[in-house]
Amino acid sequence: MGERFESVSDVVARLRGVDYLADDNIAGVVFLADKLEKPVLVEGPAGVGKTELAKAIAQSTGARLIRLQCYEGLDEAKALYEWNYKKQLLRIQADREHETSWEVVESDIFSEQFLLTRPLLEAIRAEEPVVLLIDEVDRVEIETEALLLEVLSDFQVSIPELGTIVGRQRPIVLLTSNNTRELSEALKRRCLFLHIDYPEIERETEIVRVRVPEIDANLAEQVARVVRSVRELDLKKAPSISETIDWARTLIYFGRSEITPEVIGETLHVLLKYQSDIAKARKELVDSPGERKPGIAATKR
Amino acid sequence: MSDSTASMLDVLQGFVHELRGAGLPVSMTENLDAMRGVEHIDMGDREIMRAVLGATLVKQQRHRAAFDTVFDVYFSLFSPAAADRAALDLPDELFGGMSGDMSGGGAGGDLSREELAEMLLRALQSMDMDELRRLAGMAVSQFAGMEPGRPVGGTYYLYRTLRQLDLDDLSARMMGQAHERGQVPDDPLGERLAREEFEGRLRELRNLVEEEIRRRLVADRGVEAMARTLRKPLPEDVDFMHASRDEMIQLQRAIQPLTRLLAARLAQRRRRRHRGHLDFRRTVRASMAYGGVPAEPKFRRPHPSKPEIIVVADISGSVASFARFTLQFVHAMASQFSRVRSFVFIDGIDEVTRFFEGTDDISEAVHKVNTEADVVWVDGHSDYGHAFSVFHDRHEREVTQKSSVIFLGDARNNYHASQNWVLQSLQKRARHVYWLNPEPRGYWDTGDSIISEYAKYCDGVFECRNLRQLERFVTTIAEG
Repeated sequence: MGERFESVSDVVARLRGVDYLADDNIAGVVFLADKLEKPVLVEGPAGVGKTELAKAIAQSTGARLIRLQCYEGLDEAKALYEWNYKKQLLRIQADREHETSWEVVESDIFSEQFLLTRPLLEAIRAEEPVVLLIDEVDRVEIETEALLLEVLSDFQVSIPELGTIVGRQRPIVLLTSNNTRELSEALKRRCLFLHIDYPEIERETEIVRVRVPEIDANLAEQVARVVRSVRELDLKKAPSISETIDWARTLIYFGRSEITPEVIGETLHVLLKYQSDIAKARKELVDSPGERKPGIAATKR
Repeated sequence: MSDSTASMLDVLQGFVHELRGAGLPVSMTENLDAMRGVEHIDMGDREIMRAVLGATLVKQQRHRAAFDTVFDVYFSLFSPAAADRAALDLPDELFGGMSGDMSGGGAGGDLSREELAEMLLRALQSMDMDELRRLAGMAVSQFAGMEPGRPVGGTYYLYRTLRQLDLDDLSARMMGQAHERGQVPDDPLGERLAREEFEGRLRELRNLVEEEIRRRLVADRGVEAMARTLRKPLPEDVDFMHASRDEMIQLQRAIQPLTRLLAARLAQRRRRRHRGHLDFRRTVRASMAYGGVPAEPKFRRPHPSKPEIIVVADISGSVASFARFTLQFVHAMASQFSRVRSFVFIDGIDEVTRFFEGTDDISEAVHKVNTEADVVWVDGHSDYGHAFSVFHDRHEREVTQKSSVIFLGDARNNYHASQNWVLQSLQKRARHVYWLNPEPRGYWDTGDSIISEYAKYCDGVFECRNLRQLERFVTTIAEG
């Protein structure tokens, strides 16, 4: 059983120590993942800190982060292990002169030094504590998902030539998904589920202050409030936390200590990336910020 | 195992049972995970409890709202408000509040409405949650008029309480006070941000009131009964024709991710389905490497033939929201089709493709369809027959072998002529003719519904009452 964290508040404190501000939900799930030794499937809009969470857990527990970036076409050879066949060929050729028996050669070329470990195997074999991050798992095909499942449920892998390799420890495993496709039921069943959403104003203010230390409290809060207001609009892509931070940095860079409609107008492109979104936000916040469709805040969330 | 743990496990089992009742797929393993999970945490902390149960039992974000409702009911007795009170005399206090005894509310029992508003205002300014919770409790005791055993829903009490509290007035007064103190910068932007801030706080208050009412109702009626009254369909099961305003908003929000998922799935399937035709030139070129033996056949990239979609939708009152969702859904999927054209009608017909093309704001386009399309011919009552014959005269020649024509509507024709020969001739020209009917199958062909008149000339007539059914249908046609 995992003993990395003592309690939920310990999780909050430790993550905070590495500048990651977790709310009750995030901290609760991380704590549970450690206790139940189950992988966590993390979902949420882009840029709310899913990958950051894995990094923060690794850093706060003094573990090494092993990352498997998923993409379409990812297969066993790239995720788990592969034999270094070029080196094997060399070894066989080098052996031609000597009359070594095939058995010897075989046992030799299928040994550890010819094995290329990929992230999954690396995580299983690790001696020291690790955190395994499987990023954007929704990009792999169903077949690869099955492979992941197998590894994640037993945390062991059998290599025909070497036998079964059993993990020495149970790392914390995080899978992130941008939800571009529905993951299989089997995978979801085996994982804990964590949905990270845009933070509340207080938390976002704090995040800005932690990540942009030179900002003063007042401006940080204004930033968070304007961003919330922008997120209330019906946009193609709402600003992420990282964009909020970028925006705060931009304001500092321009030496602004106060947010006025003009300042927003000048810097909106940092926060929003689609032209239609920028136009809409400009109309709502810069040109006529007073006129507001009544009850829009009441109908949202 | 202590007694409290044992009873907690009972509560949990009831909880999981209710989740399943509400339609959430909770498997055996997940159930066990939840039980193992709560052993590790302090069960007194409700938010941690929510995190643990949510992570183990709910694996889809769109089911989260349903989960939260059930959770609030089942664990309302463990809420901070409840923890405040001496646990033992809890039941007495609850009924004391409910029997209409105005003075039963602890400290300041007989506050006037004005005094309560004053106190609320102060608590809202400082966002003192404990104080707010106490005041919410008092407000419920005074204004909700709750009676034990009375079979009304929580919304009724909520409405009564909130009407007395007059949130709009509170909001205006908060604004006024903030102005006086110079906390709001004197420009429209500052005003807007301040108003949003206050609205957020009032939402908080509203939630507290709601929580308090729920707690008392649960104590009165018992957990199971309460959960059943609150049970709502999951977003994908909400009936288009009877969706409430809130459900509409939920549906709106569910559409985008759903179309994205569907498009990704279709694209992947199409890519992998089969190889294209033999590429003769490249095969010969590759055969050079094998001394002219075509050992390695090369294939062209498959050219997935994407169908052209023509949507013809009835947008008269009864089926308007259905038509709106379907149009929105189909246009959001436009990348999966070679072209999407849409027509809307009531008794006249108008093409509305132009509203959707060249904009990525689909809800705006739908709004234009509703306001600008020219669909009324005589009296604004559905006349399928007339609309179809006009469609035939103007657009039939544009329908080709590549087009799939989809009709949307309940086929309630107000006893006009059906003119179903239009569909007959369309069926000959088009690849497919489909009809989606938002009414339950049982209602078809009752009253003025003449669906079977049209069904004769359709390749498929589908009941399409919710997102689930709509999604299934779109998958079918996109696969060709």
